[in-house]
Amino acid sequence: MKAVTWMGKKKMEVQRVADPTILNPRDCVVKITSTAICGSDLHLYDGYVPTMEKGDILGHEFMGEIVEVGAEVKQRKVGDRVVVPFTISCGCCWHCAREQYACCDNTNPNAYIAEQLMGYSPAALYGYSHMMGGYAGGQAQYARVPFADVGPIPVESDLPDDKVLFLSDIFPTGYMAAENCDIEPGRSVVAVWGCGPVGQFAIRSAFLLGAAKVIAIDREPERLRMAEEAGAVVLHSEDDDVLDQLKALTGGRGPDAAIDAVGMEAHGSAYDKVKQTMKLETDRPYALRQAMRAVRKGGVLSVAGVYAGLLDKVPFGAVFNKGVKIKMGQTHMQHYMRPLLRLIEDGKIDPSFVITHRIPLSKAPKAYEMFAEKRDGCIKVVLDPAA
Amino acid sequence: MAAVTRKLTSTRSRPASTPRNRKFPNAKITVAGNRGVKVVQSVTVRKPAAELYAFWRNLENLPRVIKHPVTITSTSPIESHWSVSAPFGDRRVEWDAIIFNDEPDRLIAWRSREGADVNNAGTVRFEPAPGDQGTEVTVQLEYEPPAGKLGALVAKLTGEEAGQQVKEALRRFKALMEAGEIPTTEGQPVGQPQAGKSGRKTR
Repeated sequence: MKAVTWMGKKKMEVQRVADPTILNPRDCVVKITSTAICGSDLHLYDGYVPTMEKGDILGHEFMGEIVEVGAEVKQRKVGDRVVVPFTISCGCCWHCAREQYACCDNTNPNAYIAEQLMGYSPAALYGYSHMMGGYAGGQAQYARVPFADVGPIPVESDLPDDKVLFLSDIFPTGYMAAENCDIEPGRSVVAVWGCGPVGQFAIRSAFLLGAAKVIAIDREPERLRMAEEAGAVVLHSEDDDVLDQLKALTGGRGPDAAIDAVGMEAHGSAYDKVKQTMKLETDRPYALRQAMRAVRKGGVLSVAGVYAGLLDKVPFGAVFNKGVKIKMGQTHMQHYMRPLLRLIEDGKIDPSFVITHRIPLSKAPKAYEMFAEKRDGCIKVVLDPAA
Repeated sequence: MAAVTRKLTSTRSRPASTPRNRKFPNAKITVAGNRGVKVVQSVTVRKPAAELYAFWRNLENLPRVIKHPVTITSTSPIESHWSVSAPFGDRRVEWDAIIFNDEPDRLIAWRSREGADVNNAGTVRFEPAPGDQGTEVTVQLEYEPPAGKLGALVAKLTGEEAGQQVKEALRRFKALMEAGEIPTTEGQPVGQPQAGKSGRKTR
């Protein structure tokens, strides 16, 4: 089959590789019909995620048809059309039982690597470094999907792939970021740093949850335009007075909740760029710092953007003294996928709005380059595995 | 991953006169003198103690969770023969073990018999975890390394350290008992690390 492989920093390659097979009794194999490039894939592309190896197959946003099931798969069957979540969860451990699926105990074969960095290993992810499990990803024509009864959700309606594909990551991720804001319908003001795909879904989810006002912050005009279409008030992140503007828009109180939908590669600070390049810090937390200062007293800081390691000059005193509640983490996917599918089926949201580019899988390296450089108004790329 | 495995003591042994581990007051120094390497590892498994004990008590199940190649043959209800490939070289390390304490659903304690290549002794305890979390499984192991403490140090440097091996075995035990399988990526597709090479079998 064809697959997108990581061959080093800023080096992606489409290769012919062996087809995946069933390796464990609860596995299935999915023939992929649609797959996407995630903003977090750019952290791999830019070489900021440790424990990548040349030849690793990328991709964690994919869907398709089950073509093979292992002996212990009970509910899914060959022919099921499924969307696969980016996290791999066993469904049996204490965390899964509490719907903390992203904290699953039993899916990372390389847990000892993650433990060295984090104390404990979270759930494994597709195509996201050996520390996170080393599982081959879904920017390919087929993928092996462990725990077929736990992860993939069947889509029985005839909704096109474009409308349901993003249940694999960015819609639930944006939704959890908004849900973590403890929005009080008709009263809460939510500010969202980063209007990439996760930010876009966070904005729309905040409105679905009843936010009175959403303020969106980014530096790319087309992303701000997309945020405006959802009803957000937009601010340009390179204006010096973002904090003053936020105060002006909130009667001096500041936003009740601040969502960081940017993560470890924020733009705006030459200091962090240098330190990250020199490996003196792993993450550039510019958006996070601004969100920490901007959020109102007693408010909520919700972090959806991915962080990998160590952060520098974080204004911890600001969030401590203001009594800010911080919520974050990888998305507990299986908790959100079915209810959000229902929102799509009921016509409450059409996630395909975010797609700006459709590109054959064989042209994926060009797509990565374009997405990384934000060329051609690129916000979201969907890859066609058949082409 | 909460409360999965934790190291409770260092692998360095302490003189017999120092206070023993408070959590395990009955821990016995089982290897003569001060030559032993001690390992304590613990994992919480969301299953009843009886089920976990039953798996463990059938010693021939253990090679499924021990990643290092090992053969265990039960020679009587309480005796077994163990054969492990050595940390370096192609020699095998062998010993006969006897279970000298067996409390169903609570504890199994064993030690090697005379003539062992590696003198060793250990216990596995099954104790209820707080609330709904299942059972805390704690393995305590003491062994006299083949080439003394230097051997243990070398083994540690080559990644064959006993503490890590016990930890991995407990992790795999937990996954097998809870999820019914041990996570793996062995045998999955991977790209060629050299650019431009291709031509493998496709569907």
